[in-house]
Amino acid sequence: MLKIENLHVRVEDKPILKGISLTIRPGEVHAIMGPNGSGKSTLSNVLAGRDGYEISAGSVTYQGRNLLEMAPEERAREGVFLAFQYPVEIPGVSNIYLLKAALNAVRKHRGLHELDAIDFLKMIKDKVKLVEMNEQFLYRAVNEGFSGGEKKRNEILQMAVLEPRLCILDETDSGLDIDALKIVSDGVNSLRCEERSFILITHYQRLLDYIKPDFVHVLAQGRIVKSGDADLALELEDKGYGWIDQQLGAVA
Amino acid sequence: MSAAEQTIEKLISQEYKQGFVTDLESDTLPPGLNEEVIRIISAKKDEPEWMLQWRLEAYRHWLTMTEPRWAYVDYPPIAYDAISYYSAPKAKEGPKKLNEVDPKLLETYNKLGIPLYEQERLAGVAVDAVFDSVSVATTFKDKLAEAGVIFCSMSEAIRHHPELVRQYLGSVVPAGDNFFAALNSAVFSDGSFVYIPKGVRCPMELSTYFRINAAKTGQFERTLIIAEERSYVSYLEGCTAPMRDENQLHAAVVELVALEGAQIKYSTVQNWYPGDEDGRGGIYNFVTKRGDCRGAHSKISWTQVETGSAITWKYPSCLLRGDHSIGEFYSVALTNHRQQADTGTKMIHIGKNTKSTIISKGISAGRANNSYRGLVKVLKSAENARNHTQCDSLLIGDRCGAHTFPYIEVKQASARIEHEATTSKIGEDQLFFCRQRGLSAEDAVSMIVNGFCKEVFKELPMEFAVEAQALLGISLEGSVG
Ligand SMILES: Nc1ncnc2c1ncn2[C@@H]1O[C@H](COP(=O)(O)OP(=O)(O)OP(=O)(O)O)[C@@H](O)[C@H]1O
Ligand SMILES: [Mg+2]
Repeated sequence: MLKIENLHVRVEDKPILKGISLTIRPGEVHAIMGPNGSGKSTLSNVLAGRDGYEISAGSVTYQGRNLLEMAPEERAREGVFLAFQYPVEIPGVSNIYLLKAALNAVRKHRGLHELDAIDFLKMIKDKVKLVEMNEQFLYRAVNEGFSGGEKKRNEILQMAVLEPRLCILDETDSGLDIDALKIVSDGVNSLRCEERSFILITHYQRLLDYIKPDFVHVLAQGRIVKSGDADLALELEDKGYGWIDQQLGAVA
Repeated sequence: MSAAEQTIEKLISQEYKQGFVTDLESDTLPPGLNEEVIRIISAKKDEPEWMLQWRLEAYRHWLTMTEPRWAYVDYPPIAYDAISYYSAPKAKEGPKKLNEVDPKLLETYNKLGIPLYEQERLAGVAVDAVFDSVSVATTFKDKLAEAGVIFCSMSEAIRHHPELVRQYLGSVVPAGDNFFAALNSAVFSDGSFVYIPKGVRCPMELSTYFRINAAKTGQFERTLIIAEERSYVSYLEGCTAPMRDENQLHAAVVELVALEGAQIKYSTVQNWYPGDEDGRGGIYNFVTKRGDCRGAHSKISWTQVETGSAITWKYPSCLLRGDHSIGEFYSVALTNHRQQADTGTKMIHIGKNTKSTIISKGISAGRANNSYRGLVKVLKSAENARNHTQCDSLLIGDRCGAHTFPYIEVKQASARIEHEATTSKIGEDQLFFCRQRGLSAEDAVSMIVNGFCKEVFKELPMEFAVEAQALLGISLEGSVG
């Protein structure tokens, strides 16, 4: 589904990603962990197509196409979804309006007819239940005055509505209380299927207690320095990133 | 320039669609202003002597005045002698019915999207169309007459309802009120007149379309709306002009009088030609609009969407004289390229328990300057006066400016005044977020700008809201479910 090869990215002439390679097949869940500032959000932004990043080397292929050539909205319509680490507020635009506009843009791209108000409302109410949100949130302005946890849940709601192929969750678990973490995880698990893949960026093992990853990667200083299965996360939780540094030191 | 700015510029810099000229034979006075010109205007309109004297007095007063320069706008001196003060489409005789109106004119209105026939049949909107200086056709007269509502051109009102005009004209905006109002009082050529009798709810929206067609003419329309006790009227005003290289002056005066328990809702979608990208041409829109809540429990609401004009100088105001009277001002002002807008409102609290609400949304792009200037004044007599002001500015790019000049004068300790102001930029973050959800950049900007203006748009009558949306190059946020 996604193949990242030797990806180098600079921001304002500063190298941030220094040769990332990663292959994700349909249905897989990959967790990416790593210290603050190591480049995790940079990677997710580059995959989603944000401006301001210079790709100095490498390639990204998504479903057989060159992802880096596609406009952000095209990537989204082709099924790339990014749940933001810091969701933005859009005053005056209601959540439900955004959801409807986004869904119809995606559907149109896929050659489906636009949903009418009744069908849309029926669908959306099911999805709202999935993330256990109060329906009133649908009619509030996008993320305006939402608590940190509510914003994150709102991201998952959008994901559930848009039914993407590749879901990138950038620290969606940060700032969630125990109950919300469970709800978000259940939401993600219910979306897991053979065609859908996930990249979970997280600092904490507890998310991975709920969503069991197939692979865990450690990103440090712009490189994937270690990859393993779910047990790697447990080891990290135990020993910290210092343990990796030591191992790397030993190699170098 | 960032992707966001480019998108926005593209959106707002759409071609001015109303910029065509209609080739009509017209009866135009040579440029210049003196007492003789005023006598000619008055004579052309068959006015009574008192009207002529009123004009002449205003003119003499105007000669003693100087043009105000306090607004945050910049323009070269206006040569008042180079302007023609009267231009009318030539007709053998004044049209009595719609089918006597020059077909070319009707075609123009159709191009502007206001088919008079259509409206007559469908919309239930009565339209008074002012083309250059004279009122061309007023539709729906009969139905309105049944309700006792008078809706006609100002010239007609002067001839047929002189007692009403004499009683109210200049009673809200005196002839010598300010430089532009004085000029208007001297030379106004037409405009709309509305009278709603006691207890009558006007059976339809009333609407006027102003259009400047001829070159080198000024447009000085005069509108007077009188709402008797417990009556209600909603009035809409739209404006367009052809594209021309030189600047054209538009100095209108609008007076509203609301008697006890009456309500007037006045909405404007102003789309005068704004000039080109480099600031050549465009309308100077120097307008005095004022409403007088004369009776207790009366209410006046101004809603405006200002997207046109090279320069806008406009402060629709309310005099809250009656106890418990209410004044409202909802405004969206969009400036792009070299456009300049200095607009806002004045709420003068005189009666007890008077209330006012001001919501102003300024959007600025290109090298435009957008200023909000507002005065909230509470006199000693206005016990328990309340005001809420909210002024939001949205900046697009970093070469434009937004300025807020709120003035507050309170002479009564029980007054409660609240003022909130915000300035924001359409953020790359917001735009990227929307695109990440599958929306095109255009749709994303539309949605964000639309969201920003929502509180004002919801005050507009439906068909105007749609037009306002289209004007901003955006599509209305439909209510889902
Ligand atoms: N626009 C930018 N300008 C300058 N530096 C940037 C920019 N964006 C990212 N960086 C730098 O790139 C590095 C990686 O940032 P990134 O946000 O990808 O880290 P992260 O792994 O997501 O960290 P965290 O765990 O704190 O979220 C940081 O040092 C950051 O300061
Ligand atoms: Mg991050």
